[in-house]
Amino acid sequence: MKPASVLIIGSGPIIIGQAAEFDYAGTQACKAMREEGVRSILVNSNPATIMTDLDVADAVYVEPLTVPVLERIIARERPEGLLPTLGGQTGLNLAVELAKAGILEKYNVRLLGTPLEAIRRAEDRELFRDMLAKLGEPVLESEICVTLDECVAAAETIGLPVVIRPAYTLGGTGGGMAFTMEQLRTVAASGLAASPITQVLVEKNLLGWKEVEYEVMRDGGGNCITICNMENFDPMGVHTGDSIVVAPSQTLSDKDYQMLRSAALRIIDELGIEGGCNVQFSLAPRKDVCDWQGDPDEPLPYYVIEVNPRVSRSSALASKATGYPIARVAAKIACGKRLHEIPNAVTQKTTAAFEPALDYCVVKIPRWPFDKFALGDRTLGTQMKATGEVMAIDRSFEAALNKAVRSLEVGGRTLLWEKPEWRTGAPLPLHATDERLWALMAALRQDVETMDLAHQTNGVDPWFIERLRNIVAMEKRLLTEPLHPDLLRAAKRDGFSDEMVGQLADRLPEQIRALRHEWDIRPVYKMVDTCAAEFDAATPYFYSTYETENEATPESGAGAVVIGSGPIRIGQGIEFDYASVHAAWALQSAGLRSIMVNSNPETVSTDFDTSDRLYFEPLDEESVRDIIENEGGDGDELPASIVQFGGQTAINLAGPLRRAGLPIIGSSAESIDTAEDRRLFERFLQDLGIPQPPGAAITDIEEAMKTAQAIGYPVLVRPSYVLGGRAMEIVQNATELVTFVAAAAEVAQGKPILIDKFLEGSEVEVDAICDGETVLIPGIMEHIERAGVHSGDSMAVYPPVHLDAEERQTIVDYTRRIVLGLGAIGLTNIQYVVLPRKEGEPARVFVLEVNPRASRTVPFLSKVTGVPMVQLAVSAMLGRKLKDQGYPDGAWPERNLVAVKAPVFSMSKLTGVDTYLGPEMKSTGEVMGIDRTFEAAVAKALIASDMALKPNAAILLSISDRTKADALPLVRQLGEAGYRLYATEGTSKMIEALGLQVASVTKVLSGSHPNVVDVIMEGTVQGVINTSENRYTGSLRDGFHIRRAAAEKRIPCFTSIDTARAAIQALANPSEYEVLTLREYVE
Amino acid sequence: MSEALLVLADGSVFPGQSVGAQGTAAGEVVFNTSMTGYQEMLTDPSYAGQLLTLTYPLIGNYGTDERVEESARIQPAGLIVREAAVVPSHIRSHHTLREYLAERGVVAIEGVDTRAVTRRIRQHGVMPGTITTTETAEEALARLRNLADYDGVNWVETVTTDRVFDWAIPLGEGRYRVALLDGGVKRNIMRSLESRRCSVRVFPAETPAEDLLRMHPDGIVLSPGPGDPRLLDGMVGEVGKLIGKAPVLGICLGHQVAARALGAGTFKLPFGHRGGNHPVQDSVTGHVTITAQNHGYAVDPDHLDPAAYVSHINLNDQTVEGIALKTEPLMTIQYHSEACPGPLDNAYIFDRFVEMIATVRGGVSA
Repeated sequence: MKPASVLIIGSGPIIIGQAAEFDYAGTQACKAMREEGVRSILVNSNPATIMTDLDVADAVYVEPLTVPVLERIIARERPEGLLPTLGGQTGLNLAVELAKAGILEKYNVRLLGTPLEAIRRAEDRELFRDMLAKLGEPVLESEICVTLDECVAAAETIGLPVVIRPAYTLGGTGGGMAFTMEQLRTVAASGLAASPITQVLVEKNLLGWKEVEYEVMRDGGGNCITICNMENFDPMGVHTGDSIVVAPSQTLSDKDYQMLRSAALRIIDELGIEGGCNVQFSLAPRKDVCDWQGDPDEPLPYYVIEVNPRVSRSSALASKATGYPIARVAAKIACGKRLHEIPNAVTQKTTAAFEPALDYCVVKIPRWPFDKFALGDRTLGTQMKATGEVMAIDRSFEAALNKAVRSLEVGGRTLLWEKPEWRTGAPLPLHATDERLWALMAALRQDVETMDLAHQTNGVDPWFIERLRNIVAMEKRLLTEPLHPDLLRAAKRDGFSDEMVGQLADRLPEQIRALRHEWDIRPVYKMVDTCAAEFDAATPYFYSTYETENEATPESGAGAVVIGSGPIRIGQGIEFDYASVHAAWALQSAGLRSIMVNSNPETVSTDFDTSDRLYFEPLDEESVRDIIENEGGDGDELPASIVQFGGQTAINLAGPLRRAGLPIIGSSAESIDTAEDRRLFERFLQDLGIPQPPGAAITDIEEAMKTAQAIGYPVLVRPSYVLGGRAMEIVQNATELVTFVAAAAEVAQGKPILIDKFLEGSEVEVDAICDGETVLIPGIMEHIERAGVHSGDSMAVYPPVHLDAEERQTIVDYTRRIVLGLGAIGLTNIQYVVLPRKEGEPARVFVLEVNPRASRTVPFLSKVTGVPMVQLAVSAMLGRKLKDQGYPDGAWPERNLVAVKAPVFSMSKLTGVDTYLGPEMKSTGEVMGIDRTFEAAVAKALIASDMALKPNAAILLSISDRTKADALPLVRQLGEAGYRLYATEGTSKMIEALGLQVASVTKVLSGSHPNVVDVIMEGTVQGVINTSENRYTGSLRDGFHIRRAAAEKRIPCFTSIDTARAAIQALANPSEYEVLTLREYVE
Repeated sequence: MSEALLVLADGSVFPGQSVGAQGTAAGEVVFNTSMTGYQEMLTDPSYAGQLLTLTYPLIGNYGTDERVEESARIQPAGLIVREAAVVPSHIRSHHTLREYLAERGVVAIEGVDTRAVTRRIRQHGVMPGTITTTETAEEALARLRNLADYDGVNWVETVTTDRVFDWAIPLGEGRYRVALLDGGVKRNIMRSLESRRCSVRVFPAETPAEDLLRMHPDGIVLSPGPGDPRLLDGMVGEVGKLIGKAPVLGICLGHQVAARALGAGTFKLPFGHRGGNHPVQDSVTGHVTITAQNHGYAVDPDHLDPAAYVSHINLNDQTVEGIALKTEPLMTIQYHSEACPGPLDNAYIFDRFVEMIATVRGGVSA
């Protein structure tokens, strides 16, 4: 039964565990609905998504994902169906809540895809076990225990070893494994003590078991198929999102493979899912890892670990790994289509009823944020910590792995990287951390035995270790043998980059490239066609490999290469994928072939029908040059590259491409240099007569001292050419300066470090588009937090609320002159600081930063202003004039709306990481609150980012001395609004002085209880306001525990007085908020 | 590691390394797209006379294990892979694939751009080829020109059993007595019948109908096998006499032979169906299952006896995947319900066959 209209719930902001894969899924679903003639209504609070573009769904709501908001949307739109399976856990949970609240019934909305009962059976522990038992599937033995005696009894029934998992502890603290009864008593006792409800789960220990997943689909006719299976390099115990994953499985025999496949199909059929589903298994590789007594003719023991009755991160990976568009097919199934009635978009001849056959190996590696959070706990376990992932495809595991590592972009690290201390005998971290892969390589270089490593890693399969050994063997050949064509070809077939070969064979990468050309060793490109070449496929999706036949032959017609943004990481998020996708579309609408290069499997940009050709490749110089040469074929016409949309990843390629003599469209590498080179930029601004905070670019500490002394503290220290404020810090004195210059130098990798006078004013951000003559400024955004908080972590308001006409005019004027002066073509992002001034004084506007590229505010600003920014930027690059397209010079008229962009953090998942806001970016995603008034927009932004304070809540305050004056009016407001106040010693004195009631709580953790952490963890308070001076003062150290506790308890924690003020202001003036489509707001 | 060459009849040459026995092997070059199950494929008699190309590039990862063999020997003349694992990893593995091939004297090559080979076959159809560790490309090509035409050889004769034998459960002890005509049977067909408590007596392919009927079978299975069914007139004639005497299950070649006995023709597919991912639709229920396939010929239903109908079709190319008689207990399938390798989704076919027998027998077991 085809529904006439369907509501699709998006997954909200990007957080750890829920990233761009759901934008990909939702976008595909909306397209599929349109093909089916079904009206799609989309709601998502995340503006940085393609799915929330005006023309993707038929009605788009950028509103908070809450039950009341969804009910209002349902009441307005009256959809026939609700598709909750494409918005991650968020979407699924909301659907359950809507059903429970009777809203679906009230409005007669049919739940599509996954029945409510299936969600319960997949997620409720007991129902899940019942289902497995009914199907005759093995059930992992576990028992919930509340006393030590119960734990002992459970362990006796289940059999040792067991795992003890305390209920409701954060970061899994207090649990552990027990191999003996004695250990069990100790671990169980500490687990029970750690659990706030004195409850633990005693579970059979699967240490050393393999982890294997299957992506399966089912239609309404009960036809079931498998899309892909995947094997984790990391054995059981590491979250699959944090595991290195290969597709298809490598170490499963046909018997193993089919046994698990059949089980997965039985499960999806039993659940009655109409769409996609993910089933995770653990499989015993050997007898010595389990108590398996069976004879060797029996199948290997396995357990069903988890079932996700929806499209997941793994399904996005499976879609990209196979070329099979899972979300698209799932949406069509939800509309009533059968698998064999859905055409196969890849072959265009067969149907969706088949199972993809791969003729290559896929490797996924998670992208962890520990390069930003050096103090974070790097141990990997059941809590996912990666922000994103990369994927690579090749015809061998070795090559796919090498390419995946090259795609990670962690400080240019290849598989050759070793921690310096590993070479001096430090123990190699072979337990599960983000560095394990490199530690394994180091161990193999030290000739450690395969089985030793299998044991030390608790079960990394010897097959994988042997493959790593092959890579080490190739390293040794390159180190010892003279480089000759056969050796170089063999190294390339193993995925070694020119840089790696050069490093080992003592040559420069460019020399290796020259040798390759001389010896005719070039990559060929093969198609990802879902069918291992069995059918003639039309998909333009390619990967490089060193084989004989090239399938990506040059095509007629001019084209341009869009350099994507790689893995999602803090500082370079989905916003840049949004821009890359629009760039590809803009090229197409200008009649050019769009050629996309990217390494991120989660995204819309790597959907094979986003561009005319997709190269799934590392975004390094070698890969991109090879692709450009391949596109050029034998002719001398090489396609130009666009480096403006893929964040710092792409912009960093501008220089290498220029040096290689390859064309770039948009701002030239020279303009990029002028903006990023401190000396050039200073001279440039001086010539224009535009002020910037005094400062200099330095390369050593002596220069740094001199500069700081000359301009006066506080100063801002940061490396040049990095994104997301990495290693950026506000420094108050010379002692701190020494520390931070050293930290910045490490990140800067030889490039200079910038030291600027820190000006504390309000920060303003502008994106501009220029065609060389006209400068269009779609909008000005004002940050709620004053300068000093990274722009990506600030709340930004459009249009600005505190700037007067003169300040706005000054900003527009400076922007025009800077953009024209730089000769920037396309997009430029400029950040200003505006200082307070007295009546009659001229506006005090200083330039902080100029980035001649698309910024992370492009999707937000495009959406709220209605200006198609990327489209215009690309057409400007191609020579079309803005005026000819009807756009004026200067500021675009402001819309009658207020939009607030708020950051979202994933701090509960990153143990050991401090959450205070500073110059280094920490947020993983963003939401937008949009409405007619500032208060309503802020309120929505806070609700959507889980930062809203509940009325009449209890709030813990701990305010540093420097911010006490600022905090006073705010505290009064809180008290008057009926909030109950708790405060640390000093702060409570301040509050008492105001004549308000306050409970004093000690911040000394070792002393009496309750202390600050207790009141948070026990739920006494429901919000925290905590400000501090900076990283090296006592207040920051004290505050750490407060902030961590708030993060783990997932309650709002404001570390900037400005954010808190906005939040309280929004609460104090509760205005009814609107629920309207984006189009209704903008038009 | 010694050098080897793959030479195709169209003159294309793929250099690689030998990963099996030394020497030369020739045959019709075919490809299979299954990602697992190389050992099952290598021991499938339907590959007789062929060089098997595996499209999945990493082969031999889980070693070899005699217990998964589908027949007593390696059946294809040679194996073509991108890479054969040097160090496998699996608890069941006894030998590496390289050892397994070498010990059984089978020539094999790795290092080949198997996707390029596959694309060539897909575009131009299956063609003769040779793997050699001893000859030059020119010598190999010259020899290929004189190679006997694959379609002209009765390959069934080379793989069928030379004597009657009983599988597992002795006749009389099982629930039903099943006669199996062996055109190149895979062991899992017999295992599947055994697990349904059938006694299976296996007969050579050319066994006269009356000899076979002398055992009073409750059911008759026509097995898969290699080569062109048009060369099997004798077998077709005998099968014609068997139809109607007891419930019949025909698998792959057995399906083609039964179809010919029912008036249909067969034709050669351009590059066959070989893999574990082919969608087949039951034309009565509309249900779709994923099947394991290995066949180079297909049934042309044009002249099919009106008493029969096409019961299954292949959703990729609409070819016939099964026929049945409207009133008699006969069903045939082009795909491999016994899997090994491949999806287990179609084991229900054996259940249906046993049900057919039960219905005919009135549910009385022997």
